Amino acid sequence: MAEMEKTAAPAQEAPAAPVKKAPKPVSPGTAALRKVVSDVYAAAWEAKKAGRPVGWSSSKFPCEIAEALDLAVVYPENQAAGIGAQHDGERMCQAAEDMGYDADICGYARISLAYSAGVETTNESRRMPQPDFVLCCNNICNCMTKWYENIARMHNIPLIMIDVPYNNEVTVSDSQVAYIRGQFDDAIKQLEVIAGKKMDPARFEHACECANRTAKAWLKVCDYLQYKPAPMSGFDLFNHMADVVTARGKVETAEAFELLASELEEHVKNGTTTTPFPEQYRIMFEGIPCWPNLKALFKPLKANGVNVTAVVYAPAFGFVYDDLDSMARAYCKAPNSVCIEQGVDWREGICRDNKVDGVLVHYNRSCKPWSGYMAEMQRRFTEDLGIPCAGFDGDQADPRNFNEAQYLTRVQGLVEAMEQNAKNKAAKEG
Amino acid sequence: MAIYTLGIDVGSTASKCVILKDGKEIVAKSLIDVGAGTSGPDRAINQVLENAGLKREDMAYILATGYGRNSLEGFADKQMSELSCHARGAYFLFPEVHTVIDIGGQDVKVMHIENGAMVNFQMNDKCAAGTGRFLDVMARVLEVKVGDLGRLGALSTKKVAISSTCTVFAESEVISQLAQATDKCDIINGIHHSVAARVVGLAHRVGVQEMVVMTGGVAQNAGVVQALQEQLGHEVHTSPLTQYVGALGAALFAYQKASR
Repeated sequence: MAEMEKTAAPAQEAPAAPVKKAPKPVSPGTAALRKVVSDVYAAAWEAKKAGRPVGWSSSKFPCEIAEALDLAVVYPENQAAGIGAQHDGERMCQAAEDMGYDADICGYARISLAYSAGVETTNESRRMPQPDFVLCCNNICNCMTKWYENIARMHNIPLIMIDVPYNNEVTVSDSQVAYIRGQFDDAIKQLEVIAGKKMDPARFEHACECANRTAKAWLKVCDYLQYKPAPMSGFDLFNHMADVVTARGKVETAEAFELLASELEEHVKNGTTTTPFPEQYRIMFEGIPCWPNLKALFKPLKANGVNVTAVVYAPAFGFVYDDLDSMARAYCKAPNSVCIEQGVDWREGICRDNKVDGVLVHYNRSCKPWSGYMAEMQRRFTEDLGIPCAGFDGDQADPRNFNEAQYLTRVQGLVEAMEQNAKNKAAKEG
Repeated sequence: MAIYTLGIDVGSTASKCVILKDGKEIVAKSLIDVGAGTSGPDRAINQVLENAGLKREDMAYILATGYGRNSLEGFADKQMSELSCHARGAYFLFPEVHTVIDIGGQDVKVMHIENGAMVNFQMNDKCAAGTGRFLDVMARVLEVKVGDLGRLGALSTKKVAISSTCTVFAESEVISQLAQATDKCDIINGIHHSVAARVVGLAHRVGVQEMVVMTGGVAQNAGVVQALQEQLGHEVHTSPLTQYVGALGAALFAYQKASR
């Protein structure tokens, strides 16, 4: 691949942002979680203004290292999701395609590469400073590898890579742990150079404690979906994921999730819920939401009383550890780097625990793993769980790959199948 | 007193209606060759009522299905997916059915039936290659009528593979075969096998269980039915009412509602 010039394309001003409606009031827990994410972006701008280096990181790069070194880090995946949700994804994807990036690569990557090249977004809350270093861990996918390499070349900046090979077994071997631990140690050395200081072991320990506390609090929040009816909509969990992605290592994140958990506890005691409709059916939503089309996704679910009470992100970000080796082991467990047996096991576990009636599978055009193995996943869910499963085509960030009419038919079919399944079960038991 | 129910199936390429008496007897049906977003639905409704000698007010319940079902909100009492309606209609015609394959204008659906109701399904993803639209395009480039494809395909003597997964690229492939003087009947048979191959993949994802019934307009094409049978390894049953199965299922669900 030809070397890219250090200078990015001339910055392009964003078109005027669409007029937004006044936001709905939210609970203190939700407000605290939103503030955590806003603060991450604000801290990056502050660091840039003060002349301190800013990093862009993949969502499951060990955040504890940068946290311990007081390095400001922002997350292109979260940025792209926000840009997609605010309907600026298509323009940004098109900008990347105009630069020569293929329409078949991840929508998050296209949005991020366009932004990295100087194309500004209309979503003001997701504007972030250009990077001085990039942190990439390919435990979530292999597209990251080239995506981050491209950013590093655009800006001529250090790329710190942690390679987590795909694991075809359920257990993580000692040699795999050693391979990853070695890369952690090397990443620490490289980041110490960037930060201009040695890492304080106490600060690192504190960052790990916060990350573990956040993971436990996140899992506690997710577990509330086991109640029937659930005290919240599973779609809310997708929004709260922004915190586990961007701020896992911060004590404020743990505290915010703990506050949310206490609110959910109250809802359970009072028999109330934040779900804006009576829950008639419970489903697992498999995959990343279609951020540009959230309204269209939600509409038929609401119309039919379908609550999302299971998502794989619950176990995916709920990992805890004691030391660097167990941390290395934990970072091997991203949904797309584990074998299909492990992935199915996680999902079927939450389907059972969270008492779902059906599964809605998003065949995500942007994501090769999250479309490639979906057919086999769906087949296994149907066979193992005995509940109806429906798939639909969509995209996490590029609205051109989603068709509302097609989605509506599939959701309606799923609802009818769940209704019939319930009648059949009742007839058998009766 | 008789209970009349009206089932309306507004597809992408055709609008179909069925009026049922007491949930058992088809008293009238209609089909207009244009579907959602056109005058087709209204014309189909007017025609079926005229054929039955009945008025809208005589209908105890009206249920709409198909791609354009929501355009009848306000006229129909309820909308249901074409998945359930095709399953229900197929069960009425073939009480032993467990697998329904429907190839419509732009959708391919495979439904698993238990006790006469749909419990699982798969639909075509990514594109409409292998659907009725695909066959329309092929018939046009071959300069034959869509209704003649089955008869012509049966005259094939040589295997020709049409392998493109995209309708537009498949059209180019057919043109290139014609330019090489390949026999039209062989090309048509190749097209039928290409359609069947796409459907068989979908069917295996749901699981195939006898009796297998095919519904929708494409079931009138004996060549596709034959190719499907060969590739599926199961007999595929069809009905002369194949295009009306969705509307029939809708009328049956309407009767269920009306008689409660």
